[in-house]
Amino acid sequence: MTVRRGAVGAPAPRVEGLAKVTGSAAYAYDRPVADPVYACPVQATIARGRVVAIDGGAAAGVEGVLAVVTHREAARLADTADAELAVLQSDAVAFRGQFVGVVLAETPEAARQAAGLVRVEYDEEPHDTELRADRAGLYTPEQVNGGFAPDTDEGDVDAAMEAAAVTVDRIYTTPMLFNNPMEPHTSVAVWGDGGDEGGGGPGEARLTLYDSTQGAHVVRSTLARVFGLPPERVRVISPYVGGGFGSKGMPHAHNVLAGLAAMAVPGRPVKLALTRQQMFSLAGHRTPTIQRVRLGAGADGRLTAVAHEVVEHTSALKEFAEQTAVGARMMYAAPNRRTAHRLAALDVPVPSWMRAPGEAPGFFGLEVAMDELAQACGLDPVELRARNEPEVDPESGRPWSGRHLVRCLREGAARFGWEERAAVPGTRRAGRELVGLGVAASTYPYYRFPGSRAVVGYDGSGRYTVRIGAADIGTGAWTVLTQIAADALECPLGAVRVEIGDSELPPATVAGGSSGTASWGSAIVAACHAFRGAYGTEPPPGAEAGADMPRDPDAERFAMHSFGAQFAEVRVDADTGEIRVPRMLGVFSAGRIVNPRTARSQFIGGMTMGLSMALHERGVLDHRTGHVVNHDFAEYHIATHADVVDVDAVWLEEEDAHAGPLGARGIGEIGIVGAPAAIANAVHNATGVRVRDLPITPDLLLR
Amino acid sequence: MTPFEYLRAGDPGEAVAAVAGRPGAAFLGGGTNLVDHMKLGVAGPDLLVDVSRLPLDRVEETAGGLRVGAAVRNSDLAAHPLVRERYPVLARALLSGASGQLRNVATTAGNLLQRTRCPYFQDVTTPCNKRVPGSGCSAIGGYTRYHAILGASEHCVATHPSDMAVAMAALDAVVVVLGPGGERRLPIGELYRLPGDAPQRDTVLEHGDLITAVELPHLPAARRSAYRKVRDRASFSFALVSVAAVLDLDGDAVRDVRLALGGVAHKPWRAARAEEALRGGPATEDAFRRAADAELAGARPLPGNEFKVAMTRGVVVAALRDLAEEGR
Repeated sequence: MTVRRGAVGAPAPRVEGLAKVTGSAAYAYDRPVADPVYACPVQATIARGRVVAIDGGAAAGVEGVLAVVTHREAARLADTADAELAVLQSDAVAFRGQFVGVVLAETPEAARQAAGLVRVEYDEEPHDTELRADRAGLYTPEQVNGGFAPDTDEGDVDAAMEAAAVTVDRIYTTPMLFNNPMEPHTSVAVWGDGGDEGGGGPGEARLTLYDSTQGAHVVRSTLARVFGLPPERVRVISPYVGGGFGSKGMPHAHNVLAGLAAMAVPGRPVKLALTRQQMFSLAGHRTPTIQRVRLGAGADGRLTAVAHEVVEHTSALKEFAEQTAVGARMMYAAPNRRTAHRLAALDVPVPSWMRAPGEAPGFFGLEVAMDELAQACGLDPVELRARNEPEVDPESGRPWSGRHLVRCLREGAARFGWEERAAVPGTRRAGRELVGLGVAASTYPYYRFPGSRAVVGYDGSGRYTVRIGAADIGTGAWTVLTQIAADALECPLGAVRVEIGDSELPPATVAGGSSGTASWGSAIVAACHAFRGAYGTEPPPGAEAGADMPRDPDAERFAMHSFGAQFAEVRVDADTGEIRVPRMLGVFSAGRIVNPRTARSQFIGGMTMGLSMALHERGVLDHRTGHVVNHDFAEYHIATHADVVDVDAVWLEEEDAHAGPLGARGIGEIGIVGAPAAIANAVHNATGVRVRDLPITPDLLLR
Repeated sequence: MTPFEYLRAGDPGEAVAAVAGRPGAAFLGGGTNLVDHMKLGVAGPDLLVDVSRLPLDRVEETAGGLRVGAAVRNSDLAAHPLVRERYPVLARALLSGASGQLRNVATTAGNLLQRTRCPYFQDVTTPCNKRVPGSGCSAIGGYTRYHAILGASEHCVATHPSDMAVAMAALDAVVVVLGPGGERRLPIGELYRLPGDAPQRDTVLEHGDLITAVELPHLPAARRSAYRKVRDRASFSFALVSVAAVLDLDGDAVRDVRLALGGVAHKPWRAARAEEALRGGPATEDAFRRAADAELAGARPLPGNEFKVAMTRGVVVAALRDLAEEGR
């Protein structure tokens, strides 16, 4: 069943746009609360060891300080199975920057001053933070993020490499990266005992959290477990979120810290906002990766072997295994294929999701290697990719629900002026600048996660309310869900009011994996159809109907992925090595585009983040101390406006007949995938210098 | 941040007296550097004496030069028609610094007196001789991408972050200082210190000394001048290396030249050896390269910033070559 065309496909402006630009949209920390208390964390200054003494005396003496809470005072949590969330439960320190205490005060200034006065003594143990491919202790995780097997091996890669006419065998690396959404991670926690906003009766402890999260329901269920409460006595409210990029996809330690801190001042809301510096140790990050890519091909460029073997880190405290090589399993046709993931468990902060986990770093290695192969074969990189299109998914053998990579490449080549690319690197100049063009392919899987439910209600005066505990983290979910509901109800856009961002609403899965629109949207379509089925076009006041997200049998039968082609022009200053990217173009095939306006933002936002990854972003871990030295925006560079000149995205007009009722496959992440490789390949075309380690900085291109 | 008192000074003398009389006092200009440091716990003044509203916000013409009030905002100075006409190197340097928002707030004197930069200096959980004398230098053996290659010591390898000051160093600006003992004038080349064994002191100023103005001398040659800054991104980042250059040609020969380097030392680095190598010689790319090499012969890069030597050479040659071509 599909939905009628109408609102879907139109460039509807953001329904919450006015509230955001006028400042009336209350983000978590902005939420007006009565009589707030301010929390400031105390962080470990060693990377591994034990806290042997904490002197909070000076801190407690600061005017306005209400409490200093450490592992000695903090309440025992009901569930500490998730070690990242076992906050202030012991004297152990597992990474530098970990919470070892929190100060509560009447003002944020007093809390911050006092936190700086807490004296902590440690019994320091040797720490280990350095990732190398040749280090001891590498292990194979049971699975990698997404539930994928860590290793695959088909055919005989070694023999195929031996026999291949042309080979590429190179190491590519990506650095430690940080999500850095504009809005820091914030939580406002209040414990009550029944009454206004939460559930539960009088006398029953309950926790309300105003939070900046990609999923109110997952925060609720997780905190309920950690604090030993039934879920209905935890409420999480998060209508507006200033970006997440995965770092707000699951609760982190600060959520628990806010809850623990608020126990010290029952009835009073405790406000906690991580500083930018704190986000570098407490809000997740992308692991550095060391990728060995081997490609074997005939002289005609047809691949006979693809191997992508990755070494990356996780935290000794809690495992997160980025699925860096998984994309290589389905991308190109080759009879012999191998992928592998090896982890080093280090004394580092806990890594987590960051936009396109797996594909974003993995397609740097794979797609630069493809460019190297094209060069080695004397083939145009677009043509090389076209020659290696698999008929069916090489991994599963399933047919594609719609694979239009070659169309994206050809369309992009025509639009970008690809024919101007110099066949010989380093030969095109404009004044003192070297000019180059590069291309890379993108892909991202179609994910739809079960567990969402939507409920439609009618107020009797022409207004429908659609309720679902989804999240808009800046993506446009408020708007596209309204469009989807309007079409499914066959009513004007203005007649629909969507409610999201509250765990009191029907359950919804997290805004992650580019799955939100497809998952929540199909639940909304089902609920709207259930509503019309029950009440027809003239429902009585108070009419209500709901539905769970329907099952998706096609997901079992087809290989479902989005694809894209990314093109970049770079200019390199011949005197200084400075790199600028005057143009980028992405051509995407992502199924139906629900809202071209918000979709364009997602695509070019992803590409911009990819540009930033290509040229700027690098967390520098000082192995002597175990901390990220450049933990602020002066030192951890993100692309500025001046770096982002002409970034454009277009898409194929299509519908994926197998991708649920919307025919949309998700667009939040694919924009970052391949963008760094396109830029690296353009740098090579401009200069003849092949950079295999991100970021690409001017010093690497000095002559 | 620790609590502090705030005083808005009525005139420069009052400001000087207020700070001189209290060891924990500090002048507050635009606050773009000091307030950051207060938030980070790097600075903890107990009294801020606000000098940003003193009547020191004028740019005045002198005999062929300019006198720039200490409180003139960076964006105003960059936009001043006489600065753009007579000292393009200074306008360019100002506009390459920080961001539009910061330039709107930052003052001339505050820009000169921003502290040297180093991520370890800004992180109170790591040792730093500049912050806590004798505690050790964390940058040596650590992350050194933005650190010094000239004039550093075993105690400190931080760099001065100002772009404006590099241009002023090339222009032989003079700093007017009002201290408890009266007014004095200090060539900018004598304002800054190398770290030596006392890296906690960035300048020769004493507690209570207030910069009231900067004088730019009559220098017709500066009408042909340039500032080139090499950085990791296109805007809002500190120099990896930079160069301020004034080139005065007599036909194809160098009559006079002024060169100062940024991002390479604890202070704006006047490249006297390179200037000497160039004066009276040919204005060729080869000569520019040899001059840069003469200056860089004394470079002592650290593991992690070796590239700065070649990068400095590249940007010096490029800046001089472009100026020479402009003059032909």
